[in-house]
Amino acid sequence: MRNTLLDYEGPLRTRMGACFPGQRAVFRGHDLHADLKDMDWIELYTFGITGRRFSPQQISVLHALWTYTSYPDPRLWNNRVAALAGSARSTGALGIAAAIAVSEASIYGWQPEIAAADFLVRAYNRTQAGEALQVVLTQELQQHRRILGYGRPVATLQVDERIPAILAHMGREQIEQGPYLQLAFDIERGLLQMGRQLPINYAAVVVAIPLDMGLSPRECYLFLQPSFMAGMPPCYMEASERPEGATFPLRCTQLCYEGPGRRRWQQE
Amino acid sequence: MSHAVNPNTIRSSIWEEEPQADNPFAAAACYCRGYDVYGDLLGKASYIEYMYLLFKGERPTPGAIAALEILAVALANPGPRDPSVHAAMAAGVGGSTAASVLMAAVAVGAGSYGGAREVFLALGAWENNGTELANWCSSLASPVPPTRLQVWPELEHPAGFDPYGKHCAAPVLRTLSLLADILPAGCLAWLQQERAALETAAGFPLAMTGVAAAALADLDFSPNEGEMLTLLLRLPGAAAHALEQGKQGFRLFPFFELDLENDPGPSCQKESK
Repeated sequence: MRNTLLDYEGPLRTRMGACFPGQRAVFRGHDLHADLKDMDWIELYTFGITGRRFSPQQISVLHALWTYTSYPDPRLWNNRVAALAGSARSTGALGIAAAIAVSEASIYGWQPEIAAADFLVRAYNRTQAGEALQVVLTQELQQHRRILGYGRPVATLQVDERIPAILAHMGREQIEQGPYLQLAFDIERGLLQMGRQLPINYAAVVVAIPLDMGLSPRECYLFLQPSFMAGMPPCYMEASERPEGATFPLRCTQLCYEGPGRRRWQQE
Repeated sequence: MSHAVNPNTIRSSIWEEEPQADNPFAAAACYCRGYDVYGDLLGKASYIEYMYLLFKGERPTPGAIAALEILAVALANPGPRDPSVHAAMAAGVGGSTAASVLMAAVAVGAGSYGGAREVFLALGAWENNGTELANWCSSLASPVPPTRLQVWPELEHPAGFDPYGKHCAAPVLRTLSLLADILPAGCLAWLQQERAALETAAGFPLAMTGVAAAALADLDFSPNEGEMLTLLLRLPGAAAHALEQGKQGFRLFPFFELDLENDPGPSCQKESK
């Protein structure tokens, strides 16, 4: 059996791009400084993921999806990493890169978001094939116990403040609610009918809208990578301006020890 | 005197501190799992013993110490061809910060191809299959795919096996042999005994991640604990290689060639001028 790696030695074949120092740069088959020179950055970012172009109205909504979840609150777990990096006098890149990586969390961020996108696609396909949404929801709850994108760890029963804002933005841009977004709201109503008061949260909406624009769940996930980022530099900056170590200082007594009692190493 | 409960406390079964009398933010004594770290443990406990204490809460047995010492050396440097070390060198050669070197190594070494996620998944397989060959053969023949999309890409080969191996590599065999000698009654010994059958079932030879997972299973490490320890243990080689390449400079480090299949050529730019 031939080793697959042998086929991949030599020049790396790519269709994504290359730089030609002193001359030009190619981005997905286009000259970055000629063909794409007027592209908005988020349009370029989305083009890099999908290879597709979007209308100015769609780009405006994609932009707003990030804007409305940019919270410079240093208590939030990902932002806290950026703030602590500033407090500990680490670099901005390290603090923000770590904070972005931390955003791939299981109780918020990209783990629920990719799961929500996956479920929306599966549920959409099944309901389009004629299955009742209640049946789909029941089976999903049996298999996974939770439907990600519904309920919220910090405010379970309240309306997610980001949702009315993005719906209003879509209205201003005359972007209609597509089938995935409509399904996302149908799921909220379906859960309520099943006695589950789990209001839709931003994780479902933030993927439903790009799904409606033709992104796949994996493309949605990549599109959302910078979505929390705008809130991070302010946390880093302000922590940098406080005295070193003065962001969330903890007294020794703020450690509540619950482990074994005192013991001696050599006695055992 | 009654104390209001401070909501901003960190609960821990690992660490306790006694403050200095004149400074509530400085520790006069630190206790790890009940042991006085700087007043008793320091100078007596080895690094491996202390690490085990942190993870597992108790002192390791002599067998566990010896096994972890071997595992730590076996995993410490996967070598410059390994993607995680390559990533660290790419950071080091460009003069990136030391932390970014290790972040690069951790990020790339986290995956399911030879990385810590593979150890996590292999530990899960040990939890599910134990030392029952029939269970292993069944799960290797019919792997259960994830029930929904995850941030992790889907596994492309059985965890713990080498998708590009022709036969089990000598470093893997040697590590397995040494570890099985030390821990002769568990997963490692069974793996050594049934390796050929498992490799046939998997269609691939055993990999170092598979040995690491068996050792960690014998040491009662959960998949999450094993994943974390693997990430830690793989860092020394990445750090050393990054420092070496940083000293040598980027001109001596491969930049590789690209074959750009859809190059529009320089004409567009000339036309736009």
